Amino acid sequence: MTSPTHMTLAQARDALAKREMSARELAEAHLAAVEAARPLNAFTVETPEKALSMAEASDERLAKGEGRPLEGIPLGIKDLFCTEGVASTAGSRMLKDFKPTYESTVTANLWRDGAVLLGKLNMDEFAMGSSNMTSAYGGVENPWRAEGSDKKLVAGGSSGGSAAAVAARCALGTTGTDTGGSIRQPAAFTGIVGMKPTYGRCSRWGIVSFASSLDQAGPMARSVRDCAILLRSMSGHDPKDSTSIEQPVPDFEKALTGDIRGLKVGIPKEYRVDGMSEELERLWQQGIDWLRAAGAEIIDISLPHTSYALPTYYIVASAEASSNLARYDGVRYGLRVEGDSLDEMYEATRGAGFGREVKRRILIGTYVLSAGYYDAYYNKARQVRTLIARDFGQAYEKVDVILTPTTPGPAFPMGEKMDDPIAMYLNDVFTVPASLAGQPAISVPAGLSEQGLPLGLQLIGRAFDEQTVLRAAGVLEEAAQFTAEPAFVAGA
Amino acid sequence: MSLIEGETGKWEVVIGLEVHAQVISRSKLFSGASTAYGAAPNSQVSLVDAAMPGMLPVLNRECVAQAVRTGLGLKAKINLTSVFERKNYFYADLPQGYQISQFKHPIVGEGTLTIDLPDGSTRDIGIERLHLEQDAGKSLHDQDPRRTFVDLNRAGVALMEIVSKPDIRSAEEAGAYIRKLRSILRYLGTCDGNMEEGSLRCDVNLSVRRPGEPLGTRTETKNVNSIRFVQQAIEYEARRQIEVLEAGGTIEQETRLFDSRKGESRSMRSKEEAHDYRYFPDPDLLPLVLEQSYVDELAAALPELPDEKKRRFMEDYGLSAYDAGVLVAEQANAAFYEAVLDGGKRDPKLAANWVTVNYFGALNASGVGLAEAPIDAKKLGGLLDLIADGTVSSRLAKEVFEAMWESGKDAATIVEEKGLKQITDESAIEALVDKVIAENPAQVEQYAGGENPKVIGWFVGQVMKASQGKANPGAVNQILKRKLGG
Repeated sequence: MTSPTHMTLAQARDALAKREMSARELAEAHLAAVEAARPLNAFTVETPEKALSMAEASDERLAKGEGRPLEGIPLGIKDLFCTEGVASTAGSRMLKDFKPTYESTVTANLWRDGAVLLGKLNMDEFAMGSSNMTSAYGGVENPWRAEGSDKKLVAGGSSGGSAAAVAARCALGTTGTDTGGSIRQPAAFTGIVGMKPTYGRCSRWGIVSFASSLDQAGPMARSVRDCAILLRSMSGHDPKDSTSIEQPVPDFEKALTGDIRGLKVGIPKEYRVDGMSEELERLWQQGIDWLRAAGAEIIDISLPHTSYALPTYYIVASAEASSNLARYDGVRYGLRVEGDSLDEMYEATRGAGFGREVKRRILIGTYVLSAGYYDAYYNKARQVRTLIARDFGQAYEKVDVILTPTTPGPAFPMGEKMDDPIAMYLNDVFTVPASLAGQPAISVPAGLSEQGLPLGLQLIGRAFDEQTVLRAAGVLEEAAQFTAEPAFVAGA
Repeated sequence: MSLIEGETGKWEVVIGLEVHAQVISRSKLFSGASTAYGAAPNSQVSLVDAAMPGMLPVLNRECVAQAVRTGLGLKAKINLTSVFERKNYFYADLPQGYQISQFKHPIVGEGTLTIDLPDGSTRDIGIERLHLEQDAGKSLHDQDPRRTFVDLNRAGVALMEIVSKPDIRSAEEAGAYIRKLRSILRYLGTCDGNMEEGSLRCDVNLSVRRPGEPLGTRTETKNVNSIRFVQQAIEYEARRQIEVLEAGGTIEQETRLFDSRKGESRSMRSKEEAHDYRYFPDPDLLPLVLEQSYVDELAAALPELPDEKKRRFMEDYGLSAYDAGVLVAEQANAAFYEAVLDGGKRDPKLAANWVTVNYFGALNASGVGLAEAPIDAKKLGGLLDLIADGTVSSRLAKEVFEAMWESGKDAATIVEEKGLKQITDESAIEALVDKVIAENPAQVEQYAGGENPKVIGWFVGQVMKASQGKANPGAVNQILKRKLGG
């Protein structure tokens, strides 16, 4: 039998159901892996006791033949999700000791289906970043290394802990959140699968808000199937989130038929950006060839407003963030630094509690919403956002899914781009358009760069048509046969 | 138009009112926490109200219905699409760091409110808009010498901000506006209108100008929480602006804070210091879209409102505008009046007179409310019946009423017990008349000589006195005239 930490989530699920191993054994193997992987700094909190007691409860259920869809599956949870009684920091000093009295809807859904909590995962502060270097608890190290180099690389962000934990075999799956690429980019950087579902598919209730109109939870795992399994449990309408949509939750796993004959795949010319590396061009072409070989029809399309997506995203997301983060004022919970007046307390608290990147975005957001600038920035960005969504709508008259690279390049060394925010923001250039349009998108590991680092391909689909996206992703995955392992693998 | 006389001539005062009316609803605008008044501090605070991380607002449908009802009551346009926006500012009793309000797209647009003036005339005041928003919590600065305490019970409670057009021209009209608005809100059951508990609060926008000139610069006086204070604030601010202008100064656009103890206001912040609230659509909430059929259903279920009721009372019952206005100001009073009428069985004018003068007078004097009054509509109706059929004279009816108020007994019992039954027997009255005529020959002569026709009144008085007020005055008059040979 494969080592429990090297199984896919689907394999482990089946082995548990057949009682080939116990949930406790599975949890113990993963807890050991979590411990071994500590140098990666992927976890902010480990919850071994909770994991074991949840696993034991799962074993009892399995013994009675009452296993639920995720019975006994050990998962890591991004620290943006509020978990009852377990510190939920959002990667910020501001919420250092914050233990919620409530459980986010998405995690509650996972526990309802029998999943086991291994711990909370490191992330960019308040999910703002593309490197996981903005975390108040330190950067997350990518388990991969470039060939012939020992340089530490970023795991990507903001769900860097979630990505690294999966890649290093510390967890069978993790939750991430994606506002402009925070699931897909780190998934691509670490050679795993990460999916951002349609906006409104997963409840945002209990997830610390970054940009409300963009934030969306999603699964990260080592296979498309595993993501499909997790997504089913995470999804569902929640009356506590007015933006969650009343849509039936399909059995996403059933969508993985492997049959994409006749599927129309769009290739947007605007994504062929200036200076795109040759290896990325090759990878993209390889993806096109794979899908064509599987019977898909490849169609060139245009998404004319693509070049405006990145600035639009940084205006909209920062505007919403500046308002969403106003509640961290030191009055009711979280960090408080005293001052001689209310204003001084605010300044001291927010000055000490927020890191540089968060402050930068609060300032940008406040600026673009302020009188005299609102129309030029925020309102214009909203209008452009509508145009971007329309681009996609028009494309879907011709195609079913859209294939693009996930990121402009592979993982970069820790510490790089930190003093060049624009270069950092460019990481999201391929991922933000789908976020602005609210559409489901997935990153699948498709190959290695010349330096031997993972690269991902992205598939984008129609709103609430995750099934088609997953089906195509499954075919891509099958064709890519991405079996390379990172330099560091826990418990190997 | 009422103008104010300054040192250099007449000034016109231009007033617009912003009224914050707390919506009657069991739970808050975006959370399930209770809205009951007077609970222990911070005992009615949900995770949403405290703005815990990751909490999201969910719109309370009942608050929406209440706003629509109010809009309909103000004969206003109901906007089928409206948008909640965030008004961003920092304060310790504002947990989210923003207030969810409506800005560019309010739920209710333009409407009209008809105010009733003391002379019985009416005037239409335009309504600019009505929007829904969250209340903030309460900062308590007087509990501790160094610290401020915060009570979040009120945080998130639904308010309707009702903005008038600058159509109001005097303190008196402002008072009439608030009274009428409160009356309509109470009829609709959308706000209890209780200013002492803060469920109706008022900001005053005011400018002055020479009659016929364009609008002057306005100031906003905040925190004015009774009709009397609103009127005081208007008088003060109008006078202040006139003095500044007459001294050659200019009015600064500013926000002023009213101090009810001094009856004065002071500058709170100037236009330059005004907050930039950075309004933007709340991304946690979708635009609020209503169906016309939903609005129609609410419209069909509205109660008869004060203006319609007043018109009906005037048309159907022949009441004066003043009496009708007094009766309809409170829904319960109007209902009481109609209960006294008992389906039109009784004389509407007689009933109106008794209800507005005697009955309301007694309520005021004794300080009790309609519900606790010792005389109910049925008993008052019984007294009116005795007046109508001549059992008791109008004069003695007042005595009967007082006794009823004291004892709670019905009119017939009092009349019986006190022997106040009117004498209508002609022969008995004749005997009294004969007696008075016999005892007063001088006056008889005077009457016969036609020197003073009013002397008949004197005779009536004498006969009434002799009957201890129980004789039917009409019969006395008739018999006297016959006997005296008029």
